[in-house]
Amino acid sequence: MQENTILVKEPLNSAVVKFVIYKPLIARSAKAGQFVILRGREGGERVPVTLVDWDSEKGTITVIIQAIGKSTAMFNSLKQGEQFLNVAGPLGTPVEIKNYGTVAVVGGGVGIAEVYPIARALKEAGNRVIAVLGARTQELLILENEMTELCDKTVCATDDGSHGMKGMVTDAIQALHDGGEKINAGFIIGPIPMMKFTARLMDKLGITPYASLNPIMLDGTGMCGCCRVTVEGKVRFACVEGPMFPARTIDFDELIRRTSEYKPLEKESLENFQKDHVCKCGLH
Amino acid sequence: MPNPSAPRQNGKQLDPAVRKTNFEEVAQIFTKEEALAEANRCLHCQNARCQANCPVGVQIPAFIALVKDGKVGEALAKIMETSLLPAICGRVCPQEKHCEGNCVLKEKFGSVNIGMLERYTADTARKEGLLKAPVCAKPTGKKVVCIGSGPSSIAAAAELARAGHDVTVLEALHAFGGVLRYGIPSFRLPREVIDNEIATVKSMGVKFKTDVLVGASEKVADLLNEFDAVYIGSGAGLPTMLGIPGESSVGVYSANEFLTRVNLMQAYKFPQTDTPIRIGKHVVVLGGGNSAMDAARCAMRLGPDTVTVAYRRSAAEMPARAAEVLHAQEEGVQFDYLITPKEVLHDENGRVTGLKCTRNELGEPDAKGRRRPVEIPNSEFVLPADTIIVAIGQRPNPIIAKTTPELKTTERGVLALDEQGKTTLPGVYAGGDIIRGGATVLLAMKDGIEAARRINTYLNEGK
Repeated sequence: MQENTILVKEPLNSAVVKFVIYKPLIARSAKAGQFVILRGREGGERVPVTLVDWDSEKGTITVIIQAIGKSTAMFNSLKQGEQFLNVAGPLGTPVEIKNYGTVAVVGGGVGIAEVYPIARALKEAGNRVIAVLGARTQELLILENEMTELCDKTVCATDDGSHGMKGMVTDAIQALHDGGEKINAGFIIGPIPMMKFTARLMDKLGITPYASLNPIMLDGTGMCGCCRVTVEGKVRFACVEGPMFPARTIDFDELIRRTSEYKPLEKESLENFQKDHVCKCGLH
Repeated sequence: MPNPSAPRQNGKQLDPAVRKTNFEEVAQIFTKEEALAEANRCLHCQNARCQANCPVGVQIPAFIALVKDGKVGEALAKIMETSLLPAICGRVCPQEKHCEGNCVLKEKFGSVNIGMLERYTADTARKEGLLKAPVCAKPTGKKVVCIGSGPSSIAAAAELARAGHDVTVLEALHAFGGVLRYGIPSFRLPREVIDNEIATVKSMGVKFKTDVLVGASEKVADLLNEFDAVYIGSGAGLPTMLGIPGESSVGVYSANEFLTRVNLMQAYKFPQTDTPIRIGKHVVVLGGGNSAMDAARCAMRLGPDTVTVAYRRSAAEMPARAAEVLHAQEEGVQFDYLITPKEVLHDENGRVTGLKCTRNELGEPDAKGRRRPVEIPNSEFVLPADTIIVAIGQRPNPIIAKTTPELKTTERGVLALDEQGKTTLPGVYAGGDIIRGGATVLLAMKDGIEAARRINTYLNEGK
């Protein structure tokens, strides 16, 4: 079997695809909270993607990719049996897994998939795990069944109320708190504003928040310094010191500004791609 | 008869007005006439000082004599007896510090242009099909792994292969060459030169793998199960930043990031390539080393109105090679000396709008003998800037040390070696920026070659 081969490709909704990739070297050493760098073609970007699952016996890793720019759209047009050009990892510092007591794992959109392995590791370490899952609408809410099966309690929130409670994950966490849940720590993965407000609320409620940050990365191996974030007033490098950081003092506004730097260029690149792209993914 | 008083040949360079719009190699290869004229200046000294001062021991008078006789293939073979990456050395070695800096003709007539002769020899012999990969010794049955594919690791790998070992090179990125690929721009070192030199090493039987980050994908301990010896040449790591307010504003790059975008990811070809880069109208590069020059010259090629190198001491203390400074100046890069950056100014969206600085004067010399910059009171001013590139150095890559507790590091974070050049883990050797912090390509190569010899001894003594 050739390394980097896509063994399974499974669309989860209109823009999100799950890939199972043959990569024994990563499968045998991956830990919860780590990521890989993917590249699809010569001249392609190095895109960091969180590891969702891995199987050291089968030599496979699982990632879930949301098509938001040219590179991710191109990834999602790859077919079963084809290969990613490069798969490097596992990168980043694993999440510290121990018994915190009761923990909330909070996932927004694709972040649900990314927080899943952390939920599983925390469960195995003896925590009482509550999953809080959020999305704009029911169609975008992924992995609810898997989470429900794994966790002691699962609550969902959608912006439009199409599934679970109507509102944000922060509303769901507030409701858990008001209902008497004593939560010790929270692990948050999702869009930056969602992580910012969730961390802020958790801090107010006496829950220690941790957030997995997604700054722009280039090499992802501790060389270029592109992924710097400010935590407790200090510059930290997400690719080697993170991506998970204590969230109370993360400068989320700076992260929003720094991740927006290339938005106009990314838009141009995606439009060019869509114009030229003969669709084979069924996503357009 | 040698004619040392003949004018030193400097070769031709692309016109600055043209070259600042492209990434083609600036220095043009010697013509045959130039090469012969320059070779004829060499006195072929006994106990040649040039050779004694070459980090990789190139037999300089001997190879130049062969060039003079028109035997380019033999000249290259002579160089390759000690250095297997001549086309790279001929381009990026700071010859003025090593061979040319010690040429007996230096004071009176100007040193022999050894760098350009080496490059002429390497390029011409390859073009004419006269390059022969060195013959490897009978297989020893020993396996050695080199971590990283930068100059230090490739030099080590080539020497180890020559000694008959089974060698594998592991690279974390998607392309080989390390700093040669992500740091040094193509206008100083064309990509095909890196590809060619690596192809030579491959032809010696060395196996190359991408996407393996040792310390993450595999631990050093795993490698010791599979290999008889390990060479760590994993190179530089995270950039040193200034630690001034506003440094995380949008539009502030580290030199590592800026150069990696341009050189490794070829962002200057965006949108044909997928990695973007943004350049403002006024670029300020902070630092005075070769990375600062590379960053400034890359920035110039992306079409801003101005590029200014701001350095905290004066021109005399600047560590960059004189030739690089000159090339940068020819291309329109401005230099502003005796400046200390104090704060990055930004607008309400966090985008850089300027750099608040103070003026310095030179004070007493520091431990290295360079005069220290001393701030002049009330000298604050603002440099116009919308892109700032911080090129003040870097720390060694932390991943291997962090994941290999048996390896001791110094307080600077570099791997600690004993007098024999060994790390604190048996069978594990190291060299290049991972032990030096930040050095030159040539010193990295020297470390690799010397470590390869030590590994040979270690393996031959049997374990």
